[in-house]
Amino acid sequence: MADNFFIVIGLILGLLALICLYRGIFGPTVIDRIVGVGAVGTKTLIILLLMGFMYRRIDMFVDISLVYAIINFIGVLIFAKYFLRKGVL
Amino acid sequence: MSFVLLIVAIVFILIGIFFLTAGTIGFLRFPDFYSRMHATGKSDTLGLVLCLTGFALYNLHLGISFASVLVSIKILFIAVFWFFGNPTATHALTRAAFKSGILPWTKDGRTVIEWPPK
Repeated sequence: MADNFFIVIGLILGLLALICLYRGIFGPTVIDRIVGVGAVGTKTLIILLLMGFMYRRIDMFVDISLVYAIINFIGVLIFAKYFLRKGVL
Repeated sequence: MSFVLLIVAIVFILIGIFFLTAGTIGFLRFPDFYSRMHATGKSDTLGLVLCLTGFALYNLHLGISFASVLVSIKILFIAVFWFFGNPTATHALTRAAFKSGILPWTKDGRTVIEWPPK
């Protein structure tokens, strides 16, 4: 029962990630695209934990998810620093 | 006890999914960069923290031992990190956009602030 619930939640999150990817591809400005990719990373983090529960290896997937969160945060922060110095193209 | 934990975890996850859906719809439909940041920066943070709290409770429902408590603490650590990290990233991006001259959207097209600021 819990596996079916997790599959439904994962499908909803995949749909939301596709909507964010639309904004990431066709966004009017550059910063819209960065925010879109960051939002896709948020959804991916939850999907990684869901996969850990479905494969019954949550002790392994939680480390991957933690590293993914840190990389996502650092990437967005570096892009913000770059565009602060260079200006939006 | 285990059944109560399962019900509480599922309620947390469903409320988190609701907030993530609301934030994504706002991110798709709002007209301006700043209003899109307003939609996605706050509700994505709240939705992810609620979802991860639900996952930690679900992991405790599977069986309480030293390893599972450690994994739950790790999941809560991701939630706390994201709770501090995502508003910081949102603030940095919005500051970069404002400094590089993206003006806020208004209904009649006139700007409400002057650029560059004095």
